[in-house]
Amino acid sequence: MSTQPRLVEVRQNVLKQNDLLARSLRQQFKDAGVQVISLVSSPGAGKTMLLEKMLTLLRPQWRVAALVGDLATENDAARLARSQAPVKQITTGTVCHLDAEMVQRALTDWDLADLDCLFIENVGNLVCPSSYDLGEELRLVLMSVTEGEDKPLKYPTIFNTADVAVITKMDLAAATEFDSATAHANIQSVRPGMIVFEVSGKTGTGLPELLQYLNPRLVPAAIFSSESQLANSGIPEGV
Amino acid sequence: MHELSIAMSMIEMATEEAAGRGDTRVSALHLKLGPLSGVVKDALLFSYEVASQGTPLEGSRLVIEEVPVIVYCPECDQERIIDSIQRFCCPVCETLTPTVVQGKELLVVALELEPWPVNSAGIAGDQPTWVTELPAAAGSMETEITS
Repeated sequence: MSTQPRLVEVRQNVLKQNDLLARSLRQQFKDAGVQVISLVSSPGAGKTMLLEKMLTLLRPQWRVAALVGDLATENDAARLARSQAPVKQITTGTVCHLDAEMVQRALTDWDLADLDCLFIENVGNLVCPSSYDLGEELRLVLMSVTEGEDKPLKYPTIFNTADVAVITKMDLAAATEFDSATAHANIQSVRPGMIVFEVSGKTGTGLPELLQYLNPRLVPAAIFSSESQLANSGIPEGV
Repeated sequence: MHELSIAMSMIEMATEEAAGRGDTRVSALHLKLGPLSGVVKDALLFSYEVASQGTPLEGSRLVIEEVPVIVYCPECDQERIIDSIQRFCCPVCETLTPTVVQGKELLVVALELEPWPVNSAGIAGDQPTWVTELPAAAGSMETEITS
């Protein structure tokens, strides 16, 4: 018997299973006419606050829902449920990211045809989620003004896999001496041409512009064209 | 640290591939890894060693070929290797470009397969104890471990 090893060519993407499932989810979302938007950021960058405000703003007119991933607790789902939108917590245990299978499992008892827009809040982590396609149409990467302008340079891969950058907690920009121009330059350096929004989940600043970009159909310019109108829309501040 | 689940996927994939090719064990797994895959090489090497215990890949080598990020520069109409993933610009004309041609790879490219060792009773042993030395594979950026 020969003990000479033989080299066999394989060429298989290690994440093939996830990618195939994500592709199938993307097709299901498209067929059902539901827009799926995911949010990634470091822990504490303001994903849940932003999402709660977005759900509340969209909720009266549109059928919106959210999946939210965390290692433990159902606290975020409880916060998001205050928007009255259907919300489901995905508790990942020790897993530091969501994958397509977790999304599929969480959706089993929801009828996609009942939704216009689904948000997926990933586990707070700027590294691992970058490897996993969830079947979303758009991926938002959030960085808060309290984290420093160089976040994109420290985590270029996650910015590279995202479609839109959102700078959050702009209400704290002055207090933290946030250098907006540097932050924008850093984002453009790791992801040239990336669209960037500056928002405050607390005051609502920048939210109309972000929502309108995400889906002009959901948020016609005429409805939310100024902050004053947003302020009159019944959104509680500083929740 | 998602490298452990990545390593487990690799091992599962290689195990299936080897099983489909008869009574063989995997002595090495060759992987192509791009900087934009989101996977850290050292963490993957460590995870592979741990995750391969008790599998047909136990004792096998993980040979990682790190490939650079290549972007397309519209100004030069050329594909260029970028110097740093902190800056997606053409190293020649400095034009910023988002078009990634290479760099997201997380690809099992090849397996080295060998027959299981046979003991004196003529029965294939379940704990392979020998490792065949191979000439180093081509490429200066390769790293390997033997667990």
